[in-house]
Order: sequence, then C-alpha cells, then structure tokens
Amino acid sequence: MTDRSIVQIAFYAALMAALGLLPKVAIPVLAGVPITAQSMGVMLAGVMLGSVRGSLAILLFLFLVALGAPLLAGGNGGLGVFAGASVGYLIGWPVGAFVTGLIMERTKTLPVMPAAALSAIIGGIGVVYLFGIVGLVIVAKLPVMAAIVGNGVYIPGDLIKVAIVAVVAQTIARGLPSALASRA
Amino acid sequence: MISVYLDRPTWAHRRSAGMKLGLLALCSVLLLPQDSLILFIGCLAGALTLYASLGRDGLSQVLLLKPMIVFFGIILVFHGLFTGWQEGFVVVLRLIVMVLLANFVSITTRMDDMMDAVMPLFVPLKWLGGSPRTIALAVALVLRFVPVLMTVYGGLSESYRARGGKQGSWRLIAPFALQSLRLSENVAEALSARGGARGVFEQNRSAGRNVRLTGLQVGK
Repeated sequence: MTDRSIVQIAFYAALMAALGLLPKVAIPVLAGVPITAQSMGVMLAGVMLGSVRGSLAILLFLFLVALGAPLLAGGNGGLGVFAGASVGYLIGWPVGAFVTGLIMERTKTLPVMPAAALSAIIGGIGVVYLFGIVGLVIVAKLPVMAAIVGNGVYIPGDLIKVAIVAVVAQTIARGLPSALASRA
Repeated sequence: MISVYLDRPTWAHRRSAGMKLGLLALCSVLLLPQDSLILFIGCLAGALTLYASLGRDGLSQVLLLKPMIVFFGIILVFHGLFTGWQEGFVVVLRLIVMVLLANFVSITTRMDDMMDAVMPLFVPLKWLGGSPRTIALAVALVLRFVPVLMTVYGGLSESYRARGGKQGSWRLIAPFALQSLRLSENVAEALSARGGARGVFEQNRSAGRNVRLTGLQVGK
C-alpha cells in the first residue's frame, strides 16, 4: 500500500466524518427537505477511489466509530451503533463502496458522469439497501415486506445524492483528474 | 475531536479493554436467542444499574440512545401492526439493552486502550506485506483531517454568505471537494518526503516522541 493510497483512504474516511458533522445540506428540490449526507460519502469513496481503496476508507471510518468516536450523523458513535437495528446499513456501506468502485473501474469507456451515477445507484443504493433490509429482518425481526416499505422513504433523498455525486465526480475529473483514482 | 468516552476514573475504567470487549461479546451471544419479556426488563434494569454505578454523569450517558429512539418507535409500531406488540417490545428491549451494554464499554474505555486491545487483530496484515502501524497512521491521519476539512468548508461557506448566498448550499460541494483534495495531495507528498508510513514512525521514535492518538488529537 503506497503512502498516497493511505492518505487517500484516510481522506475519504475523514470526509465521511465531516459529512456527519457539517450542517445538513438543504436541497432546493423536495421543498428543502434536509438530508444527512453520510451515505453520499459511501458513494463518493467508491466512485473516486475505486473498489479496494473505497471500501477500505469506509472500513477505516467505521473502525473509528467502533473505537468510540461519535462521527455518525447526529453525533452517534461507540460500539452501541453496531448493536442497533441499523447495523445492516453500516455493514452494507463498505460493500456498497466496493461495488460502486468496481462498476466505476469496469466502465472506463463511459463518460464520468453517467458512469458515476450508475455505480452510485447500484452500489450506494442497491447494495446498501439490501444489507440494511437483511439487517432489519434479522436484528429487528421485521417482516421482509415491512422492511422494504420502510426503506422506500429514503429513495428520493438518495437519488439526489447520486446526482450530486455524479456532478462532483465530473467536476473533479475536469479540475483535478489525478484525484479520480478509480480511473487512473 | 470529542469521543463518547467519559473522562473520569471509575471502577469500570480500571478494567482492561480486552476484558470488557470479551464480556460484551459474551453478553450478545447469550442474549440474542432469548425472547422472554421479563428477562429483558431485568436486563434493562441491570444495564441502567451499571450506568448508575458510575455516578450522575454516568447515568446521563444513557442519553446516547436518544438519536435511536425514533427508529425504535418505528420498529415497535411495525411489529404492532404485523407480528404483535408482545414481540415488538421484546425486540426493541433487546436492542436497547445491547446498545446500552455496548456503549457502556465505549464510555469507560479510552480510544487508545480500545485501539491497543484490537491491534492483535491486525497482525495478519504482516502476512500480506502490510503493517499494523499503517492502521495507527491511518487513524491518526483521519483524526487530523476532520478538523482541517471543517475549516476548509467553514472558509468557503463564509465567503459564499458574504456574497449573499445561503448557509449549507449544495453549490459549495464541488469547490469544497477540489480544495480539500488538493490539500490531501500535499499531505501525501509531505508524507513520502519524510520517508513514508515507515519513516514517520522511525523519526518520531528516534526523537523520543510517541505517535499515538492522543498526540495527534486536535480541536478538543
């Protein structure tokens, strides 16, 4: 693992933390419904760093949370969050980042923006929801249908995050191409 | 960087991190298959007694649960609608007990000690050509990066508002990403110039310094 990779991984782990600490970003559509940005960090890490480094960044972030840093949105942290009902989503994050990065790496022929959107939808929404729903069914003993329906609330917000991630990826590809490590 | 850690010596702080983590794992294995409401009410009382034994500020740490309450409420209602209230209460109580026990370990163990306790888990990295020290460096880097990122964002947000923009606009995301990424590239270069991950540790050791979380924590 090169020094550059270590710094990149640490950077996106810190970005995850910052996204949880920053004031909620109000999105103009949806009448300014505030959304927490942390799941956007999962998509960004995968899109920008690719599969391996992207998932390592999220794992590093979760490691810090487990050590007791209250870095999850809302000042949540400590071992308790891994005993809670949303543990499925937390486990899904690094896997989601991995899949996001993998798709990003495999679609080098596509322009950055659509490729980023596609990978973020499959990895950042599809995979993360899958793990989240399985977690709800196992930990909270919810019926599968109820877990799926409960999840639906988050889809509009997450689609907005996908759009932001795609635009940011495009901006970075133009402004600082070397930072788009998944395509380097 | 604040931690959920309760900075005051108590009986629970004196126990080793490894022992507390081990007991926590044991509790979760024992409690997960149970489904008796009485048992979990007893466990809840037990967990609250643990917190109370730390004193008044210890008991107030139960409030760490607060962000999860809405979620627990939703789970309870879903169970009430689909599988019955009895099961709903059991599930939610079990979650609350497990979260309380896990947080108890977090509030009574310093991040450093927790890190030392789990470091043996990273020994297999050596077989893959890595080093457990890489993890320590990465953790220290994250803790150093977070306040820097907040400063970068704060600067951008301030100048945007001075130009008449609103707080927390999505327009700041792209410049924020570009600025902070450039900054991180400088850090990577500086790290390589000092001999990389290995060099940082050796330099500090020869200078008698100790690269640990406490040395690098900022903005406390």
